[in-house]
Amino acid sequence: MRIPCPYCGWRDAQEFAYLGDATVERPDPAAADAPARFHDYVYLRENPAGPHSELWRHSAGCRQWLAVRRDTTTHEIIAAEFVRGRGARR
Amino acid sequence: MSRLRQGGLIDRSRPLSFSFDGRSLAGFAGDTLASALIANDVALVGRSFKYHRPRGIFSAGSEEPNALVELGAGARREPNTRATTVELYDGLIAASQNRWPSLAFDLFAINALLSPLLGAGFYYKTFMWPAKAWEKIYEPAIRRAAGLGRASLEPDPDAYEKAHAFCDVLVIGAGPAGLMAARASARAGARVILADEDFLLGGRLNAERCEVDGEAGSAFAANAVAELASLPNVRVFSRTTVFGVYDSGIYGALERVGDHLAEPLAYAPRQRLWRIVAKRAVLAAGATERPIVFGGNDRPGVMAAQAVQTYLNRFAAMPARQIALFANNDSAWRVGLDIARAGGEVAAIIDIRRAVAPTLTEEARRLGVRILLGGQVVSTSGKRLRSIKVATEKGVERLSVDGLAISGGFSPNLHLAGHHGGRPAWKDDIAAFVPGRAPPGLLVAGAAAGRFGLAACLADGVEKGAMAARDLGFHRKPDAPPRAEDEAAAVEPFWRVGASRGAAFVDFQNDVTAKDVQIAHAEGFRAVEHLKRYTTLGMATDQGKTSNVTGLAIMAALAGRSIAETGATTFRPPYTPVAIAAFAGHHRGKDFRPTRPTPTHAWAERQGAVFVETGLWLRAQYFPRAGERDWLESVTREVKATRASVGLIDASTFGKIDLQGRDVGAFLDRVYINTFSTLPIGKVRYGIMLREDGFVMDDGTTARLGETHYLMTTTTANAAKIYQHLEFCLQKLWPELDVKLTSVTEQWAQIALAGPNARRVLRAVIDAGVDLSNDALPYMGAREATVMGGVKARLFRVSFSGELGYEIAVPARHGEALANALMEAGRGYDIAPYGVEALSVMRIEKGHVSGPELNGQTTARDLGFGRLASAKKHYIGRVMADRPALRDPARPSLAGFKPVDRVSRLRAGAHFTALGKPAAIEHDEGHMTSVAFSPSLGHWIGLGLLARGSERIGERMRACDPVRGGDVEVEICSPVFVDPDGERLRV
Ligand SMILES: [Zn+2]
Repeated sequence: MRIPCPYCGWRDAQEFAYLGDATVERPDPAAADAPARFHDYVYLRENPAGPHSELWRHSAGCRQWLAVRRDTTTHEIIAAEFVRGRGARR
Repeated sequence: MSRLRQGGLIDRSRPLSFSFDGRSLAGFAGDTLASALIANDVALVGRSFKYHRPRGIFSAGSEEPNALVELGAGARREPNTRATTVELYDGLIAASQNRWPSLAFDLFAINALLSPLLGAGFYYKTFMWPAKAWEKIYEPAIRRAAGLGRASLEPDPDAYEKAHAFCDVLVIGAGPAGLMAARASARAGARVILADEDFLLGGRLNAERCEVDGEAGSAFAANAVAELASLPNVRVFSRTTVFGVYDSGIYGALERVGDHLAEPLAYAPRQRLWRIVAKRAVLAAGATERPIVFGGNDRPGVMAAQAVQTYLNRFAAMPARQIALFANNDSAWRVGLDIARAGGEVAAIIDIRRAVAPTLTEEARRLGVRILLGGQVVSTSGKRLRSIKVATEKGVERLSVDGLAISGGFSPNLHLAGHHGGRPAWKDDIAAFVPGRAPPGLLVAGAAAGRFGLAACLADGVEKGAMAARDLGFHRKPDAPPRAEDEAAAVEPFWRVGASRGAAFVDFQNDVTAKDVQIAHAEGFRAVEHLKRYTTLGMATDQGKTSNVTGLAIMAALAGRSIAETGATTFRPPYTPVAIAAFAGHHRGKDFRPTRPTPTHAWAERQGAVFVETGLWLRAQYFPRAGERDWLESVTREVKATRASVGLIDASTFGKIDLQGRDVGAFLDRVYINTFSTLPIGKVRYGIMLREDGFVMDDGTTARLGETHYLMTTTTANAAKIYQHLEFCLQKLWPELDVKLTSVTEQWAQIALAGPNARRVLRAVIDAGVDLSNDALPYMGAREATVMGGVKARLFRVSFSGELGYEIAVPARHGEALANALMEAGRGYDIAPYGVEALSVMRIEKGHVSGPELNGQTTARDLGFGRLASAKKHYIGRVMADRPALRDPARPSLAGFKPVDRVSRLRAGAHFTALGKPAAIEHDEGHMTSVAFSPSLGHWIGLGLLARGSERIGERMRACDPVRGGDVEVEICSPVFVDPDGERLRV
């Protein structure tokens, strides 16, 4: 599989480290229901068949964390962008 | 000798000698082992897998199911090599396999009499019998009797290589379609790679008597290859099999660099595994001829018609004296005509069809070839084929022949097109499956797409090659395809002679017969994937290239379904077998993984260090001295020398992360459980990091070097993981923080100097003007300095050993010089280099946690760091660490252990139970994590995780180690065995 790093261009997936679902957002630890929300954040993941947003780090390249949109049924890479600046700020 | 006097694409000026089963034989450059055996009239080349039936050569390509031989000798002996793909070289040694005592007389041929027992589902049924019978009788017998070749048990002496290639268009197969596709793409300007598994490119152009653009097919192919090879934008890979299609246009290919040589050339690998990244690909892999199923269709002398044609035309080798043909299609007729024109004797062309194109029958009659329309071969006889019986409407007739060319039609080689799961589609007009949805970017051309005519192949190649290039922006009006004829190619589906006698094979390599398919049907294993697994049809090393379609066609007929309804099995890489050595490349033995020597490696070697791998690092384990009997004696001396005077160890392997920016303090407060924003400049603090789920992830010390500059250390094992985690936090969670990270693990050599004399030794290497007094650089202080006359250094007054200690960091290139300087300075103090064993002993004596305690299941509280956690801030893991179960006081927590009988040895991994309770899981209260023989105390000590451990000091427990037979009574104590108040640290 190859991933289009916005900084380095198309690179082999072997250069990347995988973390998982890019759609989960870290909850506010000060929220009243923080324990329940952190439970979901830490343990619950969607496992969609089809397009999915995933976290990949270009470890053997620019070291940037990317949100990669990948079709889990075909491994087609639909898009890749830096996570910096698109995630929740907390 | 059945080599023809002239013709063929062999080089008669280069004779080669080789041996088969000890017999010396001769061939020519350009031969395969199979063609040379045929030229030497060797018909019997092996015994079959299960029934030990004599087998000959069936095909002329990589689909070969029968002619598997052991190639080479000694360490280079390679089993199950297809004689049909082995390029002949001088001195080649080959041997038949799976026979005993000899190929001609094989005792295990008795298995054929047991065939009622060894049929479909045999493995499953046999496993059902009593286990004892299986172990004692059946398995040993089967192991001796069944199987293929013998692997060499010696290490492989050859080198293998991995390489990457990139192109616009990859063309797979260099037959008429592939050559034209490559040429069209290349002429349009695309970067092209053309790969073919053969050593001679051209495919069927070299095997058939045909004309293209007015010249012989083989000459046309040679010219086309020469043009391609001359183009700067084309790379031609012969002897290269593209074996798999992976994601994003990645293709796996195996190049046999040195397999056609007795041994590879110096400095060249034997094989090279290519990872080809291609924007587009054209699959032009041709088609494979299918056998017809009838009794005795596996007898040596029965051969695919196209193979006979190939041996005749390409290799000038006549496979038999009198050859009959048995077919359901037009293609086989041309083989018969070729034989007759070459002066061979064609006994008859037997066609199951009653009507055949007059052009073929007339030409056959003109050449004097007998024609039996509506005929079927019902049986064969002879160890090597001697005769066949043919049934026609006039009755059964015996024909004396020593060769039978059979053809049940052609199956497109669509395997690679199915590697992404696309299912093939059945086409009635050609009685074959054609590719369904191909992987993205892959076009299929020529016979692989079911276009069998020569003119059609050439035209399709031009079209697909131009299309692939055009897709990538290379626009050029394609040239008209070369002139050629589309030969007659009619076919009538026919799979099996119903009224035949004797074992009728579908899958030659796995000895699967038509009867096995019937059994599978009768027992309900009718789905193609069930049929495959129950009968092992198509599961041999040839993956059923000649047998799959026939097997499922027979099943379809039995089940009363169409072939389209029955469907095909799944194709997976590799297309042909690939040696594991090729996948490993140079990653074997010592080179399996990279090795990371520390900056002081050469120094440690000179000190006589024994090394140990920790992760990728090679670290000094201990430094044995003359007269020491074992490692424990050396380690004990190293600990005593350090505690009594001074010792040193390379600590460079700890992860080092440089953090700079306005918000580093705030950032560290969020990733550590304790506070770092308040750390004064010039100070070091120990910190614990949690995972988001509340368990401890890592520990280490972090120094503040300036207002906006910190330096973090991580454990050796977690260096990369923590770096990645911190980057995640910064980029994903808190991009607003002004922090920049850099790993500097490899940039700095860091040596720990420990012991009461550490300051005196350090003073000798540090440059003048640096105050090392306890007031100027107290415990947990940090500062910059220079050492050894101007070498930039950082000093950290930290200690893992519990002694007065410094860690001195210098740029990595100065690490060895620093070690030498410290040794020189410490000579008067009997300075001792120590390794990771002594380090571990001293940290256990001090109760410092390490890998065995930071095991991913412990909380900060479990490890005695509950008070470290700040209640005034949010940090990673805080919310989840507060879950009730993680705060349960009954959780196992860190404690120390001593054997009650002080001479007893403790073992890590022992489990704790109450005295008098049996060593059973329901009485388990925790386990010993780390043990050491403490030179300071003179007995074994241990750290462990015990339920309410910290509250139970003074109690006694059993430490049971049933695996190693240990059962020791231990006393629970504080985990800090030496200097509990830390006075030695602060002097
Ligand atoms: Zn990158």
